[in-house]
Amino acid sequence: MPLTIKHLLGLKGVSEQDITLILDNADNFYEVLQREIKQVPTLKGITVVNLFFENSTRTRISFELAEKRLSASPLNFSTSTSSVSKGESLRDTMRNIEAMKIDMVVVRHAAAGVPAFLTQCTGATIINAGDGLHEHPTQAILDMMTIRQKLGRLKGLKVAIIGDILHSRVARSNAWGMTTMGMKVVLCGPPTLMPQHPSPLGVEVTDSIDKALAGADVVMMLRLQLERQGSGLFPSIREYRERYGLDLEKLSRLTKKVLVMHPGPINRGIELASNVADGDHSVILDQVTNGVAVRMAVLYLLGGGGENA
Amino acid sequence: MKKIELLMDAQALDRALTRITHQILEKNLDLHNFGIVGMQTRGVFLAQRIAKKISGLEHIELAPGVLDVTLYRDDYRTAFKQPSVKVTNIPFNINGIDMVLVDDVLYTGRTVRAALDALTDFGRPKTIQCAVLIDRGHREMPIVADYSGMSVTTRSNQEVALKVMEIDNEDSVWLMEHEAGE
Amino acid sequence: MLEKNDGQIIFPPVLGASPQKLLIKNGRVIDPANSVDGQLFIGVEQGVITLCAKEVPADFSPQEEIDATGMWVVPGLMDMHVHLREPGREDKETIETGTQAACAGGFTSIACMPNTNPVLDEESKIRYVVQRAQDSVCRVYPIGSITKGLLGEELSPFGEMVRAGARAVSDDGRSVRMANIMKNALNYSKSFRIPVICHCEDADLTRGGHMNEGAMSTLLGVWGMPSIAEEVIVARDIMLASYTGARVHIAHVSTAGSVRLVRDAKKLGVLVTCETCPHYIALTDDDLMTYDTNRKMNPPLRTLADREAILMGLADGTIDVIASDHAPHVSEDKDVEFDAAAFGVVGLETSLAVVMTYLIEKEILLPSELVEKMSLFPNRILGLAGGTLSKGSVADITIIDPNARWTVDSRCFYSKGRNTPFEGFNLHGCARYTILSGNVVYERKGQS
Repeated sequence: MPLTIKHLLGLKGVSEQDITLILDNADNFYEVLQREIKQVPTLKGITVVNLFFENSTRTRISFELAEKRLSASPLNFSTSTSSVSKGESLRDTMRNIEAMKIDMVVVRHAAAGVPAFLTQCTGATIINAGDGLHEHPTQAILDMMTIRQKLGRLKGLKVAIIGDILHSRVARSNAWGMTTMGMKVVLCGPPTLMPQHPSPLGVEVTDSIDKALAGADVVMMLRLQLERQGSGLFPSIREYRERYGLDLEKLSRLTKKVLVMHPGPINRGIELASNVADGDHSVILDQVTNGVAVRMAVLYLLGGGGENA
Repeated sequence: MKKIELLMDAQALDRALTRITHQILEKNLDLHNFGIVGMQTRGVFLAQRIAKKISGLEHIELAPGVLDVTLYRDDYRTAFKQPSVKVTNIPFNINGIDMVLVDDVLYTGRTVRAALDALTDFGRPKTIQCAVLIDRGHREMPIVADYSGMSVTTRSNQEVALKVMEIDNEDSVWLMEHEAGE
Repeated sequence: MLEKNDGQIIFPPVLGASPQKLLIKNGRVIDPANSVDGQLFIGVEQGVITLCAKEVPADFSPQEEIDATGMWVVPGLMDMHVHLREPGREDKETIETGTQAACAGGFTSIACMPNTNPVLDEESKIRYVVQRAQDSVCRVYPIGSITKGLLGEELSPFGEMVRAGARAVSDDGRSVRMANIMKNALNYSKSFRIPVICHCEDADLTRGGHMNEGAMSTLLGVWGMPSIAEEVIVARDIMLASYTGARVHIAHVSTAGSVRLVRDAKKLGVLVTCETCPHYIALTDDDLMTYDTNRKMNPPLRTLADREAILMGLADGTIDVIASDHAPHVSEDKDVEFDAAAFGVVGLETSLAVVMTYLIEKEILLPSELVEKMSLFPNRILGLAGGTLSKGSVADITIIDPNARWTVDSRCFYSKGRNTPFEGFNLHGCARYTILSGNVVYERKGQS
């Protein structure tokens, strides 16, 4: 059964079948990445624009690598400020780019809803690489791929996502995607870093790290944005680390051996102790490798096609 | 689709594979620099059976490789939907060896062309030979089967369907035809 | 060239009192100020209502007749919260286009907010608007600002603004941040017997927000503006009004908490009135699912519970007025990503129909209550004589067709603004005739 979605705007509402299809294909793209010649000719002649309105090196490089490994032609368009302050509207930017005959757009923007907006501006396929506080679907898929790779399954596993949930689109995409795949997700963080109305996320929410870690198979730590310290959302880094940081001491209290994940970049010594980040619980580097495989699978499945409906 | 003719039953299938095995052994004398690769999906099972027959005759264990050519097709841009990428696993070094690609049906030749492209990314074999169970003609590429179980004349609204015990619970090759309106 | 809703603005040669004798017959006359609701004839002479009776005297001989069979004849509607954008942003709207939009919407008078450029914070600016609006098809009453330049620091000269024609003061667009300044404004307003119209918003709580903070904002990933940001300042301004004995009018009430605060304050005898807008009556934040920027305004669309409280507040009289907060924008300001879009929606040309569809048809309001909230009370709050069909009053009349059925198409608007949250909606009811000083200035033909 082929993929039913035409764009990848988020994981909310994406079916279990579609997510499984992407994961299965990603596993086989992973094999391509182990070969000596890490390139296949599949997307030759397909032009992909990486439209990054928000600064991001790692995600953009991951997408670019995926595009190159598929022999597609990537076009990078980066601007660190919103189009509005540059004077050109988003719609005009999109129109200008499309006039250069492009097939797919990978877009990251600080405003939620931009990928959906672009589907109305252009006929190209849109892939969301992160929109505001809304979604980051490829990150969640690579997180699930890593878990499935290491633990052999997804259904029934418990995942604790810990940190600044309020500002995390990764937490949201994972909450929706993992719930679809039959996993149990718990979101944990101080009440000031949790959405005031979390019900649409459909998962358990707690401010106690012990409660979140109890019975967890996977622990995903989120980056604490240190710039936010002055904003009154949490009193001090020391207190945050003590209550919500992951270190060997907290890990040792658990009965199961958990997988430790992090979408990166890590604030070593704050949300994640160095010896845990580098230790044998950690699959953080696998996440990075899998990221390329997942993005290859997404580009492959959504791109090309004459009558792709 | 409706069945037109039973081209091979289980016994005929097995005899064909045995004959192909002997033909392969006649031409490939140095089995230490030799490899078999089955094409996804059913070519994989045929390759396994040939490898087993070879080990029975020559007492040498051959681990057949598995090749998926989905990523090397020439119709990515025009295909209606993208088929899933399946496993590729060639657990031996293909450089400098004689290798036999095994597939169930040889038709336009495009799948074999894609396989040749794929193999080039893995290395440079000394020879690449092609073994198929059924050659149904209508070639669109200059591709030839070195070993063939049976040649059949077919029409383009027909299909040759191999069923194998491993996944279909029977061994057979049927000639099928698309019904009007299909 | 699209026919604008099959309607036509008619400019009489000189917009003053019409010399024609006009008879409006067979209509249901609804005039709550005079406790009137029934089949009556309305006669107009020299721009003044001279007849309101069951029968027409034989010698009346009108030159013009309007057959209002099946329709309601009501005092000219008034929208007391409109942004005309002139002076300063004539690209968004002018006094001319805004008054035409009002006229087509059935309004004979509007009050316009001072957040123009320059701000209407002194006599000459008020005079400018009054003069520019002189020959319009709709009466324009300016509202002066509370503070100079809307900066929240120094009081504007209320006296000279009132002398020039201002009927109220407001810093609409924002709250007066400092409570002591607001207290001064309320005290000072008492000398002029004008209401202080409050836009209630704690800017520290709404900073960075683009929609209501709730399940929907979590779902959409958009930073939210919590309902308490409005309520905290509603409470403050009510208490300041109570303390000073001044008159306060809460603009665009959107939350259940605000309705409750006004209700309780009224019980205690505080001189508070309030208004809500058609979009809070018809829509909720669920309607933002598609990130439609034509549904982005401040205060934002709230939850279902808030909407229900608004409907309750309208039904039990807590909410006195329905006003549109008409805020036109150019397409460049709206055809962008949600976060970057300007706040505000137009409303003059859909206000009446939305109220008919969502309140009258659903029997949440009686027709007489519609007339109160969209004509009588706005006039009274601003100290104007309009809002009635009393004999001798100026013949500003709206004839409403409750059976009209039409689909909103912003391309047909008289307003320059196309940013309506009701695009494509099938609405019931419209203004068939808008009559100003006895002149028919707007007539709408056809089924729609």
